[in-house]
Amino acid sequence: MPNLRTKSVRIPTLIFEKSQPGRIGVNLPQEDTPKVNINEAIGNTRETFHFPEVSELEVMRHFVNLSHINYGIETGFYPLGSCTMKYNPRINEATASFTGFRNIHPMQPDYTVPGALEVLASVYDILKEVTGFDEIAMQPVAGAHGEMTCLMLIKAYHDSRGEGDKRRIVLVPDSAHGTNPASAARCGYDVKTIPTSPDGDCDMEALAAALDDTVAAFMVTNPSTLALFERNISKICEMVHAVGGQVFCDGANMNAMVGTTRPGDHGFDCMHLNLHKTFSTPHGGGGPGCGAIGLQKHLEPFTPSPALIRVNGKATLDHNRPQSIGRVSSFYGQFLMAVRALTYLLAYGKERMSDISRYSVLNANYVRARLKDVLPPAHDRPCMHECVLTAKKYKQNGVRALDISKRLIDYGFHPPTNYFPLIVPECLMIEPTETESKQTLDEFCDALIKICHEAETNPDILHEAPSTQVVGRLDEAKAVKNLDVRWRPSTITESV
Amino acid sequence: MSVPADLKYTKSHEWVKVEGDTVTIGITDHAQSELGDIVFVDLPTVGRALGASDSFGTVESVKTVSDIYAPVGGEVVAVNETLGAQSELVNSDPYGEGWLVKMKLADAGELDGLLSAEGYEASLND
Repeated sequence: MPNLRTKSVRIPTLIFEKSQPGRIGVNLPQEDTPKVNINEAIGNTRETFHFPEVSELEVMRHFVNLSHINYGIETGFYPLGSCTMKYNPRINEATASFTGFRNIHPMQPDYTVPGALEVLASVYDILKEVTGFDEIAMQPVAGAHGEMTCLMLIKAYHDSRGEGDKRRIVLVPDSAHGTNPASAARCGYDVKTIPTSPDGDCDMEALAAALDDTVAAFMVTNPSTLALFERNISKICEMVHAVGGQVFCDGANMNAMVGTTRPGDHGFDCMHLNLHKTFSTPHGGGGPGCGAIGLQKHLEPFTPSPALIRVNGKATLDHNRPQSIGRVSSFYGQFLMAVRALTYLLAYGKERMSDISRYSVLNANYVRARLKDVLPPAHDRPCMHECVLTAKKYKQNGVRALDISKRLIDYGFHPPTNYFPLIVPECLMIEPTETESKQTLDEFCDALIKICHEAETNPDILHEAPSTQVVGRLDEAKAVKNLDVRWRPSTITESV
Repeated sequence: MSVPADLKYTKSHEWVKVEGDTVTIGITDHAQSELGDIVFVDLPTVGRALGASDSFGTVESVKTVSDIYAPVGGEVVAVNETLGAQSELVNSDPYGEGWLVKMKLADAGELDGLLSAEGYEASLND
């Protein structure tokens, strides 16, 4: 595929290409220590590694200009489905920067950080109430990490009952996130896929046929990745429990349930939460993530060690956990994420917590209803916090879902998730989150309606999109097969 | 979407070409079109014995990774080594240069369980 860089857009140069021999950014003061020849000490790093030789002003302009072509929730609408790219209120950052939180060291003895432990315990208390689980643990540092930790707990539980050897199957729906089978495989299980019925719920007959005493667990995303509430969820949990299996809830879609309904009440044994999605700790830009887990009492002995418990009301780290699966991360997860999540949870408060799920579900249904003629939903029933639409009718014009997404960039929007879930043809998955206004949603829907019209009248404009950006359509296959992100000095010689 | 009449098919979008007791297996034009640009093909080793509907490899595209299933049982006698460097052949010529493996049939009777071109086309419209 040709590289469609447009001439009208200024393409930023690499900082290496700005380099001028001998130019430096900082004048160091007169030395008052013995002179060391740096080239002799560590080699000629500038020559060897071709560090750019640029001034401070050039460095400043270079990175500020790069930051201006960045796109994030703070510059525009970010409807990436299954990712919950909600706005992270600034007050979270204010509390996370309190010196008492920021300047503590993970190696400090527990008795010197009672405030920090109380923050963690407070997050636990609230998350227990929000999810309906008996216990919370917060060592995992990503969603998939929380998922895997839950499966490790399930494995330890079966082992403790002498059933570890016989229970070697983990069931996963065909609509699941790819991390589900990956976590199961990583824990040594064989994965069996359960199909989805035509109405979007779990295929109950297929599930019943797959259930026997070799099943260790069923991993269910609720609402499912089709953005539908699994209407048989309690029945599913009963059926799995009847053969001695455990049920894990993939909490990726918790935003649809916060304050309205609780997975712990549905019959689940454990779940993971993405604090970096649902509870507004940073997400874009790499987080860091926080994959807290919720679990019922019977899994509690196996939680990662140390566990945070309350003794006479006082938050304490318990290192004496003989049945624990051990540590799953160093220290105690991402502590400052707990501060941000607590700020967010307290800012909403118990009374308004359901606003999160109510407005996110309302926004997604608004988008679904406005787009239904141009991009019909994969299932014709109310959606949860995101909507799953299909662009298959434009295939006859040679337009694919990806082309529509690329064209959205020209209209100033971040594309939605494409081609997931895999079982929906030409899939576009749109998650507006609760933090967007009707005006923004209207602008976005207007753009998509225009693009769908273009798909019928001028499909080439979609194939060539994006045409307003620094780079045009990238060759994704080449990017995978011939990954080359290394700058080489020879290119400078050639271009000069 | 091309569905050659002289091949047999599976619901999971593999095609089978029968030549004596040897079968050539690949993925259909529909499958490659749905997967998009294919970037990596993981194939079994020659000599591996497979049962019908065993997963024997994966096809990775820019969108997803899919398992490939053996339409019939038998022993792998050849794999398409060219795909290591040119996986795009599965997109450009799915029924020809983009073949995946050749197998020696264990039980010719299993071929009766496969779909005809007509049957496969009908399954696409389900």
